[in-house]
Amino acid sequence: MITIVFFAALREQLGCDQLKIAINKPSTVDEVKQQLINKHPDWQHLLHGESILCAVNHTMVSHDFELKPGDEVAFFPPVTGG
Amino acid sequence: MVSTQIQENLDVSIQAEDFSLAEEVALLEKHNLNDGAVVTFTGRVRQQNNSKEVTSLTLEHYPGMTEKTISAIIETARQRWSLGRIKVIHRIGQLSLGEQIVFVGVTSAHRQDAFAANEFIMDFLKVKAPFWKKEQVIHNGVLCEHWLAAKKTDTDKAELWR
Repeated sequence: MITIVFFAALREQLGCDQLKIAINKPSTVDEVKQQLINKHPDWQHLLHGESILCAVNHTMVSHDFELKPGDEVAFFPPVTGG
Repeated sequence: MVSTQIQENLDVSIQAEDFSLAEEVALLEKHNLNDGAVVTFTGRVRQQNNSKEVTSLTLEHYPGMTEKTISAIIETARQRWSLGRIKVIHRIGQLSLGEQIVFVGVTSAHRQDAFAANEFIMDFLKVKAPFWKKEQVIHNGVLCEHWLAAKKTDTDKAELWR
């Protein structure tokens, strides 16, 4: 299983802050995204937004990063703190 | 678990409560006779561009990643300049117009390092630390909310340090 968390505008648009999915084989961030879209087709344009960022276990990664069971994957819009 | 890798870092505080600039300066200076320079920055909730009646902001963050990201920025600053004490405070939750949001305090033997490191930490906090601001605005007498968009000027500013 991997845990997926969403933040800020993306969290509100998806209406979801956290979910868990099973990965049966090594999967990249993009493949997990596709898995989510297969399950929730209306998430496609939100998750594929150009600016959506991804962090795995609290570190920024690119979308071809390979995930392993137990990872925490976060998707969120560009940050606006400070 | 990832969280066990994050050592407790007293230099970084993510909190809902307000902070006292005077108390933070006192902590940076207490028993610290090596550093001749103390540079502090305080960020406050302001009227945003183009929106006339901002009433408040709500700040969301990604617990764990926020602290880790700011600690990494502080570590990079320590490698780049000769620094004494560093403290970063960032508030979360709902904040009203004029309230303090963020504090960065840096001490050093000399002012150049303290000035530069303070600006560096703030510039990277703005583009790397996972915080998001939602603005509450009164528009035609109705309270509306919207998420703020990231600004290119902020990413450009951080790029200048590379």
